[in-house]
Amino acid sequence: MSIDDQSIHAETFILNLGPQHPATHGVLRIKLTMDGEYIVDAEPVIGYGHRMHEKMGENRSYAKFLPNASRMDYVGALLNTHCHVAAVERLAGITVPERAEFIRVITAELNRVSSHLLWMGAFLVDLGAFTPLLYTFDDREDILDLLESITGSRLTYCYYRFGGVCNDIDDDFIAGTRSFIERMRSRMPMYHSLVTENIIFRKRCEGIGGVPAETCRRYGATGPVLRGSGVCYDVRRNEPYSVYPLFDFSVPVYPEGDCMARYRVRMDEIVESLRIVEQALERIPAGPVMAEKVPLILKPARGECYFNVEAARGSFGMRIVSDGLDAPYRLKVRSPCFSNFSLFRECVRGTLLADALAFLGSLDLVIPEIDR
Amino acid sequence: MPHDWLWETVRLLLYLVGLIGFAAFNAAYLSLLERKEPAWFQLRRGPTEAGPLGLLQPVADGIKLLGKQLLVQGGADVLLFKIAPVAVVIPSIMCLVLIPFSETMGARDISLGLLAVYSFAAINVLATMLGGWASHNKYSSIAAARVVAQNIAYEIPLLLVIIALVMVTHTFDLREIVAQQAGGFWNWNVLRFGASPLMPLAFLIYFICMLAEANRAPFDMVEAESELIAGAFTEYSGMGFGLFFIAEYVNVVVGSSIGAVLFLGGWHCPFGLLPGLHWFLIKLYLLCFAVIWVRWTFPRTQIYGLLNLSWKVLIPLALAHLIVTAVTVKLV
Amino acid sequence: MKSDLRSYLKEIIGGSISLLTGMWITLRQSFRKPVTVSYPYRTLKLPERFRGHIELKADEQGWAKCVVCMACQKACPSFCIKVNGYKPAGMPRKVATIYILDFTTCSLCGLCVESCRFDALMFSREYNLASFRKEDYVMDMLERLRRRRICRP
Repeated sequence: MSIDDQSIHAETFILNLGPQHPATHGVLRIKLTMDGEYIVDAEPVIGYGHRMHEKMGENRSYAKFLPNASRMDYVGALLNTHCHVAAVERLAGITVPERAEFIRVITAELNRVSSHLLWMGAFLVDLGAFTPLLYTFDDREDILDLLESITGSRLTYCYYRFGGVCNDIDDDFIAGTRSFIERMRSRMPMYHSLVTENIIFRKRCEGIGGVPAETCRRYGATGPVLRGSGVCYDVRRNEPYSVYPLFDFSVPVYPEGDCMARYRVRMDEIVESLRIVEQALERIPAGPVMAEKVPLILKPARGECYFNVEAARGSFGMRIVSDGLDAPYRLKVRSPCFSNFSLFRECVRGTLLADALAFLGSLDLVIPEIDR
Repeated sequence: MPHDWLWETVRLLLYLVGLIGFAAFNAAYLSLLERKEPAWFQLRRGPTEAGPLGLLQPVADGIKLLGKQLLVQGGADVLLFKIAPVAVVIPSIMCLVLIPFSETMGARDISLGLLAVYSFAAINVLATMLGGWASHNKYSSIAAARVVAQNIAYEIPLLLVIIALVMVTHTFDLREIVAQQAGGFWNWNVLRFGASPLMPLAFLIYFICMLAEANRAPFDMVEAESELIAGAFTEYSGMGFGLFFIAEYVNVVVGSSIGAVLFLGGWHCPFGLLPGLHWFLIKLYLLCFAVIWVRWTFPRTQIYGLLNLSWKVLIPLALAHLIVTAVTVKLV
Repeated sequence: MKSDLRSYLKEIIGGSISLLTGMWITLRQSFRKPVTVSYPYRTLKLPERFRGHIELKADEQGWAKCVVCMACQKACPSFCIKVNGYKPAGMPRKVATIYILDFTTCSLCGLCVESCRFDALMFSREYNLASFRKEDYVMDMLERLRRRRICRP
């Protein structure tokens, strides 16, 4: 249903969605101009979770920013940290031992799976189904246990270091990960018949929240949102980093551009991530996990670099400018959620409130990452 | 005779008190079941701390609700805002008055019992709408509009199914309807293929409409917590909210009782043995279990999905059932 | 028209089957054992590398191993460690007189433990910390060490 100019001038009202609303994950406020239950305009108000991460990065030494990176997108913390350490390594010219890169890929991909599982549960809660959330949390718990056993924490990992990782993985972790891969694979059919095939779920997702590829390009949307709109772009494939080129994985792409396409992309990505982890576990070389001779206080030469990784929500990038001192001169974060969320206003016009919330959920937003 | 008249009044009053107790007990323990059952589905434990196995949880909840301040926010229509929770509970309890629990138990039998139940049930919608409207909250107002659209859409297939059933039973008297289903489960209306081969389907339509009428998930458009926070009940606190909560469960009980009476043979045993109250309660709670089961399995429907389901699927099917029943009744 | 009707009926039947499958799945799950742990009565085993807040380690004589090199204080991103000490006569190294962790700002990153080259810090295995007062989290590490084992100044 389209809203013509006439009805915009008809009686509309403002509905404040958030900052405290069950469906705005974190603290997001959307000022909705509504005509009945139809949305005429949606003005996002962001910044409630602004913690000045970028400024903090400019005010402290490189190493002291390590815990911050995991606190932006806390659901996929390792992927952000990966971006940060890789950017600094590129800037300072540190080479990372191969084993460390393998460990990074394994843990980051596990983190991606846990992030997608959390998203799936939260998305279904947005749609009003509570039970799948608990099932995904059950699976996610296994990943958290695995990651906790090597990193020491469950959510805001501070595991990667410039030049490697701080702990080596052990045999228990490898065995645990192998059995988790088995378990997760056996759970996928259950999710598909409980959720994907459910007629109510399909009715609420198919054809809802349509985002054309052109809109994605204009707003710079990346990740599952872009791949759900039929554009095959994955940083791991298109601008390979770390040891990703060694692995055989496919990039799931669905052309429909609706909530269902984004859902399917993420479900397929879980399977692909498991494949990557499996291959990495098989081929992981022996050796040190930390580069030698990484100075305690990094002082990269003057220069700048941009590094981006495929985070769970899209291309997460960091631009770091060094003026030769021990703290970056400029640290800029490119947050995928910010770009993904920007297209919300344009695409949500004329839809119903409930569909808008399904759309919002399908974008997989972590609001503190937008606000930083 | 004056004595008969007096005795009847006392009996009715006793039944009324008993029924209010029954309603309150059911609301309390269905709310516990509502927390325990998803816990089973979701591999959790549910409430375990209050009393053995968490059995005193409803008491704790009740005390908590009673202890809360009743707030009326600025801009609300105070009178309507306060009437609505009461107006939503009373018709639900009135419906219980008319239900025959067993051969000998039942507050009042009236020959138009079935009609009366649905007239009372209709007040419920109005009360919920009043509550939503009087709240002076945009989310509540949206919910108020939704509840009307939803209930109008679902009353039609519901009543079509009931009409078809009445054509078979030739009576509106609930006790008489149950009496006709004596014997075994093959005599129950849900399996009365002699009247219409679509009878099980009719029961299914009834069940879906009952969910929608009681605003239960997946048709809980009125509360839709991820969209409308708590919908029509957003502004209610303490026992105001508690009454809506009670009404929701009493509505489930009423809907399940009517389902048991109309389709599942009321107090009759499936195998023709030992009829009595226990069979009625077993059927009632099995239906309640199913209602909660459905809620914790499915996502919420979209408002137009809900209307589509009603107008494009349920009403045509109910009409088909009605026609088939009419033809069979005429022929047989 | 005919195909419309067919797809309509197909959708109804397919939809109903999908709903029944969903209900069957949740019912089947309900016979599995709960995966949750009744927390206060039963707790999970902490992994070896669990990162709690920090604790000082003591040497064989009971002195805190800390030599007041300030590496942890410098490494801390949230400036929550304060160390001070002096060099007593007859000791080959400095000893800490003040070691305060302001846990209210600690982000549990573990950089302090990593920076310590004297093996003087370890992670505590305490995780259920709760209090109504902020001051309870300004922890005197030496005091805690003393309480754990008799320790000289």
